[in-house]
Amino acid sequence: MLEILIQLLPSVLLEGLILGFVYAMIALGYTMVYGVLELINFAHSEIFMAGAVAGAETFILLKGVIANPFLLLALALLIGGTVAAVVAILVERLAYRPLRKRGTTNRLVPLITAIGVSFFLQDLVRLIEGLWHNAFYRRYPSFAVFEATYNLPNWIGVITIALTVWVGFWVLAYFGDWLLRRFKNRAPAKGRTLSLVAAGLTLVFLFLYRHVVFADLGMTIQMKSILVIVVSLAMLYGLNWLVHKTKLGIAIRAVAQDAQTASLMGIDPDVIVSRTFLIGGFLGGVAGVLFGLLYTLVHPYVGFIPGIKAFTAAVLGGIGNITGAAVGGLVLGMLEMLGGTYLTFLTNGAMGTEYKDILAFMILIFILLFRPQGIIGQQLGEKV
Amino acid sequence: MKKVLELKNVHTYYGQIHALKGINLEVYEGEIVTLIGANGAGKTTTLRTISGMIHPKEGEVLFEGAAVHHLPAHLIVKRGIGHVPEGRRIFPRLTVEENLEIGAFLENDRHKVEERKAEVFDLFPRLAERRKQLGGTLSGGEQQMLAIGRALMQDPRILLMDEPSMGLAPVLVDLIFETIAELNNRGKTILLVEQNALKALQVAHRGYVLQTGEITLSGPAKELAENEEVKRAYLGG
Ligand SMILES: Nc1ncnc2c1ncn2[C@@H]1O[C@H](COP(=O)(O)OP(=O)(O)OP(=O)(O)O)[C@@H](O)[C@H]1O
Ligand SMILES: [Mg+2]
Repeated sequence: MLEILIQLLPSVLLEGLILGFVYAMIALGYTMVYGVLELINFAHSEIFMAGAVAGAETFILLKGVIANPFLLLALALLIGGTVAAVVAILVERLAYRPLRKRGTTNRLVPLITAIGVSFFLQDLVRLIEGLWHNAFYRRYPSFAVFEATYNLPNWIGVITIALTVWVGFWVLAYFGDWLLRRFKNRAPAKGRTLSLVAAGLTLVFLFLYRHVVFADLGMTIQMKSILVIVVSLAMLYGLNWLVHKTKLGIAIRAVAQDAQTASLMGIDPDVIVSRTFLIGGFLGGVAGVLFGLLYTLVHPYVGFIPGIKAFTAAVLGGIGNITGAAVGGLVLGMLEMLGGTYLTFLTNGAMGTEYKDILAFMILIFILLFRPQGIIGQQLGEKV
Repeated sequence: MKKVLELKNVHTYYGQIHALKGINLEVYEGEIVTLIGANGAGKTTTLRTISGMIHPKEGEVLFEGAAVHHLPAHLIVKRGIGHVPEGRRIFPRLTVEENLEIGAFLENDRHKVEERKAEVFDLFPRLAERRKQLGGTLSGGEQQMLAIGRALMQDPRILLMDEPSMGLAPVLVDLIFETIAELNNRGKTILLVEQNALKALQVAHRGYVLQTGEITLSGPAKELAENEEVKRAYLGG
């Protein structure tokens, strides 16, 4: 039993990582918009959906024209991202900006507007798809090269276990420290201390299960999963560069910190807000296409669950915190996969993978109750 | 001499509160003009009205002869008005260098940006040492230097300064006033709001006294410093 659990661990974590990357990219859209406007853009899940559907249409339309699946994917990503970005900009322009200009101070008004925009976008896409194809469920075509599986050597399994167990212990150490602080008044432990404690525990874990760990840990990975990881890493790297190294990035952070003073620097806050929606929308659209690639079926209502999970990830990382959103996405993806897989084992099949959604929402509720500022928010400390 | 800035009968309101009641004010090229007055007199409101953060209900703000009071703040900056706001308003989670870079947001010529950055570091060597530090972790004096440096990065034609000496130790107050004189020597036109009336009248060419939203006195700084009323109300004697 234990052996099976450990043998499964690397592949489960890898699956979680892949899903986590998708969550991370959606979560960034929530967090960046929150950073500049202090608005939770609940319509972001529909921006993601627009990207997913646009990507599907691109694949279906061009499948007969372009033979190379990789080129097709590149085009789908570009078009999905662009469509989502345009939708995001329009939503800001037509729904949120007029409210802002009217000087509405009630926080409920933009929130309800966001929900209204969500419904509108769902039904708009349904209408368009319905008129166009007389059906609104669209399927990503499958390609042999994307489905091909590759075997990964054992040492990758060992490293995956070590790393993720380390991350797990890190989170545990963080919580432990936090709990201790409830009873004893002392300064929070340094990140480095937590890392060392986690590393020590990981070594103990590896030692204890040495004979199991060095059993066969071969993992397989599909080409499309590799593509998801590569594209996500590229997007996250690009965003990091954009936010930290470009004038636009500095301006976005400046507006997030103090919009009024930013305008004294000659920055038009409206332009920056619009650009932020563009960036968040593009990331969300790309995430939508990757989601379609992984799960095949997309439709106007496909955004809801991933959207609310990505929102959970953003809250997990501390809403408004860019690094937090990325980390939160990965953590949530892994937790969900772990929970989904092991719940079946632990309950002897009574509770299956379908409970993984509940797990995510329980996490959301617990965080909102006990740590609304997020888990990693403070430690990494960098808001937009 | 060229008139850089002119306020004509400016009335500004916060909701029902009538904060500025018909301000008339002029600043000529190369001058340091100071605006002094008690707490709540409307000094900050005057500067905020000039830089477009709040719009007057009546009257005009003319910059180099053109009306600007209807423009949004970011377009007024573009015309060449730099503002060192009250309370410094550094971006706390941007580094010192990023704070300066964002000051030069409108300048697309990289060389000019680097040149100005070098000038600011030359003016405030302390900032050069703290280049990579987050703005929010600077001391009050350093933040004030950064706020001034950030406005200078725009290379504005006129610099509005709102109580740059507020809350600083005496040594730093002296440093800030020396800097103001030095900037003026290098040709900057400055409109200085101060509670430290003594120092402000020493460094300025002309001054205005503001009282509950109205200009009650104006003239050459030396004369104001000698004025009995000013002495009694603002110079502590
Ligand atoms: N945001 C605001 N809302 C309402 N009233 C305001 C606001 N800001 C300023 N006021 C009022 O306008 C008047 C002028 O304020 P202002 O800040 O311009 O004074 P000040 O001369 O700069 O004072 P201080 O020396 O304290 O900075 C005051 O009566 C103040 O209460
Ligand atoms: Mg003031």
